[in-house]
Amino acid sequence: MKSNIRDIGDTRIIELGGKITIGTGDVKIRELIAQALEEDKQNILFDLGGVTAIDSSGIGEMVACYTTVTKRGGQLKLMHLSPKINDILQVTQLITVFDVFDDEREAIGSF
Amino acid sequence: MNTNAKLQANLVLASRFENIEVAERALVDLCHRAGCEEDEEYWLVTALREAVANAVRHGNQRDPERLVRVAYLIDNSTVTIRVEDEGEGFDPSDIPNPTDPENLLRPSGRGIFYMRQFMNRVDFSPTAAGGTAVVMVKDLASNDNDRPGA
Repeated sequence: MKSNIRDIGDTRIIELGGKITIGTGDVKIRELIAQALEEDKQNILFDLGGVTAIDSSGIGEMVACYTTVTKRGGQLKLMHLSPKINDILQVTQLITVFDVFDDEREAIGSF
Repeated sequence: MNTNAKLQANLVLASRFENIEVAERALVDLCHRAGCEEDEEYWLVTALREAVANAVRHGNQRDPERLVRVAYLIDNSTVTIRVEDEGEGFDPSDIPNPTDPENLLRPSGRGIFYMRQFMNRVDFSPTAAGGTAVVMVKDLASNDNDRPGA
């Protein structure tokens, strides 16, 4: 899994690419969230535009990240879902949990 | 689809997460030879990865001495994948529905749900040695479409 971090104002944008899957990607996103919170970034946006696959462990870790950020008083939102990642969020009904955006400016403005 | 010929393969893997990639590559190769559509291949791979991950983690407890056996068959526009572990067995009915509101924020428990969504049939049974075998079946293009679980 690849990642890149950008900060725009108070928002930490974490661009993810490749597979968020068991044993690698799932651990990596946990570390990225821990780093953001350590740096006092509470508005966090996962840019999933480059993500090709998310298995159940990856989805589980995203849910765990959501819970961690929320408990710390922050917000975790998603952006740029591919049709297949959107399908996965639909069937798991996690689309009802996460705020999802297609437009970065709109996403940043939502925090 | 081009599944006039029967395509099959068998793998025996040590219980390591990196071997999920090996199982995936074998399936992708078979799908290419069979002429599967890209979306069909994607959801087949997704279900396979869950089955092998479950066998490694929950079945074999990540003990590399315990083996995971994967058997693939593409025949007459139907893909059948069997994944066996050497664990202690389990009752799939014990797994709560991850889409129930009280379970939505659980960080685990979606693997079997994934398999059932992306394949047409998923059956669990005990192996002779006491482990678990999962058999997953998906019908290809003639009676399927691009949506998961369709």
